[in-house]
Amino acid sequence: MAEGSVLSTGSSAPPSRRRRNWVPYALLLPGLLWLVVFFVLPMVTLGSQSLQEGNVDDGYTFTGNVGIYADALRQYWPQYLRSFLYAGTATVLALLLGYPLAYFIAQKAGRYKNLVLVLVIAPFFTSFLIRTLAWRTILSDDWFVTTWAQKLHITDLLQAVGLTSNDSLLNSKFAVIMGLTYNFLPFMILPLYTSLERLDPRLIEAAGDLYASPWQTFRKVTWPLSLPGVVAGTLLTFIPAAGDFINARLLGNTQTTMIGSVIDSQFLRVLDYPLAAALSFILLILIVGIVSVYVRRAGTEELL
Amino acid sequence: MSEQEGKGDLGLVALTKSFASFTAVHPLDLTVPQGSFFALLGPSGCGKTTTLRMIAGLEEPTGGRIRIGDSDITHTKAYQRNVNTVFQSYALFPHMSVLDNVMFGLRRRGDKDAKAKANEVLELVQLGQVSDKKPTQLSGGMQQRVALARALVNRPDVLLLDEPLGALDLKLRRQMQIELKRIQQEVGLTFIHVTHDQEEAMTMADSIAVMNAGRLEQLGDPATLYEQPQSTFVANFLGQSNLLRATVNPGGTDHIVTVRTHDTDLEVSREHLPDGVNDVWLGVRPEKLRLGEAGGPNHLRGTVRDVSFSGVATQYSVQMPWGQELIVVQQNDGTARAALGENVTVSWAAQHGFALDASQDAEAGAELVDDHG
Repeated sequence: MAEGSVLSTGSSAPPSRRRRNWVPYALLLPGLLWLVVFFVLPMVTLGSQSLQEGNVDDGYTFTGNVGIYADALRQYWPQYLRSFLYAGTATVLALLLGYPLAYFIAQKAGRYKNLVLVLVIAPFFTSFLIRTLAWRTILSDDWFVTTWAQKLHITDLLQAVGLTSNDSLLNSKFAVIMGLTYNFLPFMILPLYTSLERLDPRLIEAAGDLYASPWQTFRKVTWPLSLPGVVAGTLLTFIPAAGDFINARLLGNTQTTMIGSVIDSQFLRVLDYPLAAALSFILLILIVGIVSVYVRRAGTEELL
Repeated sequence: MSEQEGKGDLGLVALTKSFASFTAVHPLDLTVPQGSFFALLGPSGCGKTTTLRMIAGLEEPTGGRIRIGDSDITHTKAYQRNVNTVFQSYALFPHMSVLDNVMFGLRRRGDKDAKAKANEVLELVQLGQVSDKKPTQLSGGMQQRVALARALVNRPDVLLLDEPLGALDLKLRRQMQIELKRIQQEVGLTFIHVTHDQEEAMTMADSIAVMNAGRLEQLGDPATLYEQPQSTFVANFLGQSNLLRATVNPGGTDHIVTVRTHDTDLEVSREHLPDGVNDVWLGVRPEKLRLGEAGGPNHLRGTVRDVSFSGVATQYSVQMPWGQELIVVQQNDGTARAALGENVTVSWAAQHGFALDASQDAEAGAELVDDHG
């Protein structure tokens, strides 16, 4: 703004200068309105809802029942824990799968770069629900994935580590985590790609020139410089995965219920709105807590 | 300089680099003595940077060998070579402090004194006070010195400089040229400096290899290259040359031969005439020409068509009866000046001329100089 006003002193007349002052705020307005209507107001409603008592038929009254938060946590802490474990595992898997791919697209794909990027985004052309349902087919008992996994004793291995409970792959922790990983992988790849795309290949040459082996070059140069992408990618994967309920519902069993499913059923089937609202708030607070600790520890402030 | 009898000389033997559609470097043989300041000079696309990258290990040669002393490093990985590069773009690590950048190479080799050595080199390049800063906080000239320090601190067998001063403005460039030369003499390492700036190469280097179109044109110390170029390319690329088409007259003495150009006989030292050539370009540098007859036995008459005074010298353009314009640079030393349109005699001494095979293009290398300023 300071620069703008310095530039405008030369030629522009006072009226146009006045207009210039409110233009930025006018541009902010639609976004602000959107946030107020669709974020701030619902949050306030949700917050007050959680502190109300009553039932659907007789209506709710505000009683300031803070105790519901403690009850919700006491009753559903296993689902919270499970959600964060699944989401965390899926995030790590997506990072392991996504990083090499993003590196390849950014640094090596050359003229195929755009094609590969389109392939990464292609799954978004079908709905989330259909993609997840497709995994039911992929992991179904009579399809080759399961039969091969059985032949190669992968199913035995998964059972041994507790990711599945029997000979099939479907309806298990394994299936839920696979579904989460698959569904959120593009959210990991795209920020990683942006970060690695900006990485100057001459820095990698320089590291090699200064006696760094390929592994040392990765650890000391490539990885630290891609950290902003890693942080953005893991957040974009972890946050929605932690609140997800589709994957757990379609690919899991009763022992793999995630907190998203609980909230979903409290809101839409049990119709216990105060409990559902409290559960949502707790999820929100936990995620904000985890994310802020994570971002601080990743130490990316100076990189961003 | 090479007291150790060339123990660490860099040797290139028939080094070649071909890409799918063209050959960047034709078989190149070159020996760079240990401790020398060596320049690879040529226009862009002449193969000098490719040669440098092959020495650094960043480019795999198509053929030939690279040796340092007795060891063959042709197929050694870049990170296992005791060779460091100062990149044209500096390629400083943006996420590390200046000190960490400089320590990078030492750390990779597990040097216990990394910090002390890095600080010492930072003092040498006069950057001791900014060692905690990030490279992006420094000016271009300072970044350049960090890049130099980062390479220098490892005391490589060969230090490669890829157009290191290209991004600096003229004044800073002059300053850094002197600085680089001082540092090279102080540390005594072999420097190979790639540049397209002939003045820079001549100011700094002990010897220069002039490259053109992937081939070595001429190798020598700056004075020899300038006084006795062996091709029109070198004559034009290093400074300016007046080239007169002439034929060699038979006979002559042990020292002097005469050549005939446009009905005038001109003398030239026999040692400046290539053997077995009859048609030649007779070359004379503009500052070797004198207005008047005092310059020597070779006289040509013409008309002054252009005068430009630059303080330290005056440049004249003198048109010959056959249309060619000779460039004469006269020092502003009190001798008489000529006026525009005046008829003058241009003269020079036999030893100041050089003859080149006339089968070459007289313009080779001339148009390239202006591109880079």
